[in-house]
Formats: sequence, structure tokens, C-alpha cells
Amino acid sequence: MANTLQNGEKSVRLDQADTRVRQDAGLLGALRGFIDRVRSGDLGMLPVAIGLLLISIVFSLLNPVFLAPNNLVNLLFDAAAVGFIALGVVCVLLLGEIDLSIGSMSGLASAIIGVLWVNSGLPLIVAIAGALAMGALVGMLYGFLRNRFEMPSFVATLAGLLALLGLQLYILGPTGSINLPFTSPLVRFGQILIMPTWLSYLAAVIPGVLIVLGGMRTSQARTAANLSSTGMSVVIVKAAVLTLALVFAVYYLERGRGVPLMFGVFTLFVVLLNYALTRTQWGRSLFAVGGNAEAARRSGINVRRIRMSAFVACSTFAALGGVFAAARLASASQQAGSGDVNLNAIAAAVIGGTSLFGGRGSAWSALLGVLVIMAISNGLTLLNLSSSLRYMITGAVLAIAVIVDSLARRSRASHGRA
Amino acid sequence: MADVNTAPAIGDLLLRLRGVGKQFGAVTALEGIDLDVHAGEVVALVGDNGAGKSTLVKVLAGVHQPTSGTIEYLGKQVTLDTPGKALEMGIATVFQDLALCENLDVVANLFLGHEISPWRMDEVQMEVRAWTLLKELAARIPSVREPVASLSGGQRQTVAIARSLLSDPQIIMLDEPTAALGVAQTAEVLNLIERVRARGHGVILISHNMEDVRAVADRIVVLRLGKNNGIFTAETSHQELVAAITGASENSVSRRAARKLEEMDEV
Repeated sequence: MANTLQNGEKSVRLDQADTRVRQDAGLLGALRGFIDRVRSGDLGMLPVAIGLLLISIVFSLLNPVFLAPNNLVNLLFDAAAVGFIALGVVCVLLLGEIDLSIGSMSGLASAIIGVLWVNSGLPLIVAIAGALAMGALVGMLYGFLRNRFEMPSFVATLAGLLALLGLQLYILGPTGSINLPFTSPLVRFGQILIMPTWLSYLAAVIPGVLIVLGGMRTSQARTAANLSSTGMSVVIVKAAVLTLALVFAVYYLERGRGVPLMFGVFTLFVVLLNYALTRTQWGRSLFAVGGNAEAARRSGINVRRIRMSAFVACSTFAALGGVFAAARLASASQQAGSGDVNLNAIAAAVIGGTSLFGGRGSAWSALLGVLVIMAISNGLTLLNLSSSLRYMITGAVLAIAVIVDSLARRSRASHGRA
Repeated sequence: MADVNTAPAIGDLLLRLRGVGKQFGAVTALEGIDLDVHAGEVVALVGDNGAGKSTLVKVLAGVHQPTSGTIEYLGKQVTLDTPGKALEMGIATVFQDLALCENLDVVANLFLGHEISPWRMDEVQMEVRAWTLLKELAARIPSVREPVASLSGGQRQTVAIARSLLSDPQIIMLDEPTAALGVAQTAEVLNLIERVRARGHGVILISHNMEDVRAVADRIVVLRLGKNNGIFTAETSHQELVAAITGASENSVSRRAARKLEEMDEV
């Protein structure tokens, strides 16, 4: 290899030797590549962006309060709990599996918090650990049923939905509702605590800085390895746009109460899961099993263990979401986790761009999708619509999201993209 | 990787099967199979449906256990009890359905399950190794960052073969690599097989296509009804091969050849 390179081939990058491939360089190239991808059905975050824009316009026209800073702060407070559940949903959807019991699991987790912490007087941290352990246990059970008995996750978790709901009602006892103390750190975290102004702005700037630094490092490493690299101009524009948007968002929210700490923690978990999905062997294995389980098995991937880990992650995230929901509502009740929690979390992941068919998706879809879902629910509440109408509209949005997913999948297939 | 020091030279005996048999209940799928594979040699395994080709491949891939006979690998007698063990020892298999993940790109597929630094995948190094390997095979893959779904059948076959070479095996087995391919793509894969041979690997090629087999094989091992039915070279005529495979010299192929021969004589 080294010899041929020294013989005057230095100018040709290792990955650009094939002249049949168009090389997209620079800003225009990046734009052209993006348009190509969208046209072939690789929509990425585009539907969410358009959806959020449409929702903001419609609801702010109908009721100007929708865009008021404090309403958006409330929206973010509400979004964190469902967002955590949606993060778990992303993990199982990547495998092409599903968990329909996430609502019940979150309700059970909040009930465990109420019983262990308030009723039994155990330390809060023990109660939270108990709720998370319960989540992990339930996930293991689903994984076991799927691996050992080939039980479709759809059925296993549907059974789990009922069973967990029953367990939740059972441990809550006849009173059916436990109030969490308002002055406790957990409830303050769920209702009041916001990030300090400096931290919010810092958090808004860090992603841009990281993108530029990471881009520079990747670019250097690729050049050193004689691979082509996207120009720094693309990276810098990306970082600048993102930083501007985030700083503006923080500035706007700071005009109200500020950025909820709960939402900050949620975003941190999104970043962590994103790293796990894109940069670790575990994440790569999730995509592989979701794409072609038999191929993954023959490559030496332990498919059963991967499945198990995804179900455990999903149920544990659902339990964590339940803890956050309890903090938000300052209570553990029979209603916790019932109603539209299940569908909201699944819809959030799908709207955000994670495919129901497995093998495609990202952690960011949970964040963006939950913003869309929460914006719709918040906007409809502001319009004083009855819950009957709200359910119908949310259902329609989910249906549309799945249709978009299916159409994009068909288009990708006909354009030779998975 | 420990094999690097003891890497066999071209022509060394890699694999020796003696009297290998396999019973499935009352059915004898393989009986008394002898097979030698040398480094830098393409051995074609041909036979009709039900001749036992796939069973033999599965025995060598560690999927099935032989009921009798011995397998010697690099001079030592071995048992291949799991697919993982066969792979570890240096026997890689390219299955007929390729077993690629279409939603992942070429680099991800090549390194699937063996990623460089699992907790912080080194994409740059993986991409460099992918390109280096593909170049060595003179493979024409336009971009290793496109999902495999966008590749043609021949290109996918190339990726599957490249993946089997990544672990630096001594022997690679190809199960019907050209069955689903067009003319140009078939030629591409046959070229690829020659390059793999030139690298000093032993190749076991299973195919129904006599043209392909005669084009690249050094030796042609014919199986019939689970038994050895002769070892031929690429110079063997088509009729002879068909006769060995079907067990009859009187069939449409031989008749047509005879007719042609007669016509030639008349002219």
C-alpha cells in the first residue's frame, strides 16, 4: 500500500479512488447530499422540524399564550418524564420489538416510590433504587420470554401491561393514592428546580464547542489516515446554527422561569444514550440485530443478550420516567401511567424518526418526538378542548407518524437504501 | 493472530478429512469422505442436490458434528463443535445468503461483532482497514459509508468475502457464491476467488455451475449420494463431470455432445 502511495498517488484519498461516486465537498456538497437523502426517503429529523414549526404556528395563532416563555417552561417540565420513557422505547424499537407496558411500568415505579419512601419511611435513594430494580427485573422477564419461548414482545408486554397495572393497584392498597411531601427534594426537582442561568447558557454553548472540537479531531485523524474529510466549513456552520438556536432558546426560557433542571437531566441522558448507540459495540449490535438478526448471530453477536439488554434498558427507563412523573405530580396514584402515557412515549420515538420496523433510529428522536407530542397536548389543553378531542387528535398524529415512517421505508427500499 | 508465525507456505496441507461420515437418524448423508485442502488452492465441491455438499460444509463450519472419521487441521486432529470454534481456528464460511445487515454500511458489516475498541469504536481505523482489504481484493465498492442495501449483488458478495477474510483465516468456504449473480458480477467474484488463492488461502468452492468451477478450481471433488465419486482437474471435460455427478454417462448432455461430435465428423 505504502509503495503505491509514494508513487505519486498521494493526491487521491483512499476512499475517493472510485470515480463513479460523486464527492460532495464543502457546504454546497453537504446541502446537495442532504437533499438527495431526503428525496430518497432518508428523512432524518426533517418531519419533526416541520411538525414543530407547524404546531407552533397553528397554536400560537389560536392562543398566543402557547408561545409565552412560562408555558414553554411548563411544557419542558412535562416533557422530561415521557421523554425518559421514550428513550427506552427507542432501544426496543431499534430491535424491531416493542414494549406496550411502559405506561404501567412507570405507574408501578411511582407507586413503589410512594410506598417505600412515604409509607415505609425508607430513604428516597433506596426507594428510587427499588423502582429501577423493579424495572430491570421486568425487562429481564420480557427478554427471557422472548428468548426462551420466542414469545412476540407485542403479546408478552401486553400481558405485562395488565399484570403491572394490577401490581400497581395492589401495592397502592385501598386508598389508591399517596401524596409526596411538597417540600421534599424530589418534588422540588419535579416542579420548581431550574438550572442556574450560567449553567443554562453554558449548556447551550457546549454542544457547539464539542462539535467543532470533535470535527477538527476527526478531520485530522482522517487526513492522517489518507481518508477524505468533510470540510471544516460544514462543521462550523452546523455548530454555529446549533449554538445560536440553543442560546436563543435559553434566552427565551430565561425570560420566564428558566430551563427546568429535570429537562437538563433528561437531555444529558439523551446524549449518553446517543453515545452508546453510535459509538459502542453494544449500539452497533442493536442496529445489526434490528436489521438482520440471523446475520448478526453468524457474525458472533450474542443476539439473546442484546435483546435482553434492550428490554432491560426500556423497562428501566420507563421506571425512571415513572419516578420523574411522580415528582412532577407530587403523588403516586392509581391513574399514574394510565391513559395516554403508553402511546405518547411510543409516538414520541416514532415521530422523532425511529422506525417501528427495527434497525433505524437515534436517541435524539426521543427528545424531538416528545417535544412534538407535548406541544400538541399542551396546545390542545390551552384551547380548552375536551379530553375526548385531545385523544382523537393525538391518535391521528401517531397514525400520520407511522404512515410517514412506512412511506419513507418504501421509498428508501426503491432508492437502494435500507 | 498467533498463526502469523506459523503461516503455512503455498502448497502446504491445511485440512485433511479421512473417512468422514454423518448420519441423520436412518439417513446416511455422508459416508467415508476424504478431502484434502492445500494452501493457495481452490478445491471445488460439486454434486447433485442431496449429494451432501452442504452437509460437508456444515461439518467443516462447526454446525454439524460428524458421526465418524477424522478431521486434521494443520497436522493436528481437531473437533469442530461450534461455529465460533471453526472461525477461531481459521475456517471462515461465506454462506449462500451472505448474512449481511442491509441497514448498516460496509465498514459496520465488515467489522460486525469484532469492532475495534468496543467502548469507543475507532471508525477511522476501521475504514482504513476496510479500504485496504477491499483494494487488495481489487474490489469495486463505490463507498464504504453507504448502507449495504445500496450495493449490487456482486458487490454484496464481495463484502461478504472480504468480511470472511478480515479474521485472516487459512481456509475460506464459499457456498454457491455465483448462484444469484449476473455475467459480469460472476466474473468479478471468480476474479476475487483467484486473488484470495493468490494470497495463500485455501478455498473450498461449492457450485452448481460447471463453467465457474472449471474456470477457477485446481481440483474438482465430486460427491454423489454422500460418497466421494472421483477427483478431477479443470481439464476434465464437461461430460465426464456430469457423468460423475449423475452417475450415468447416458444423458441429454452426453447425447448432445455426441451429436455435435458426429456433425463435426460429417463436416
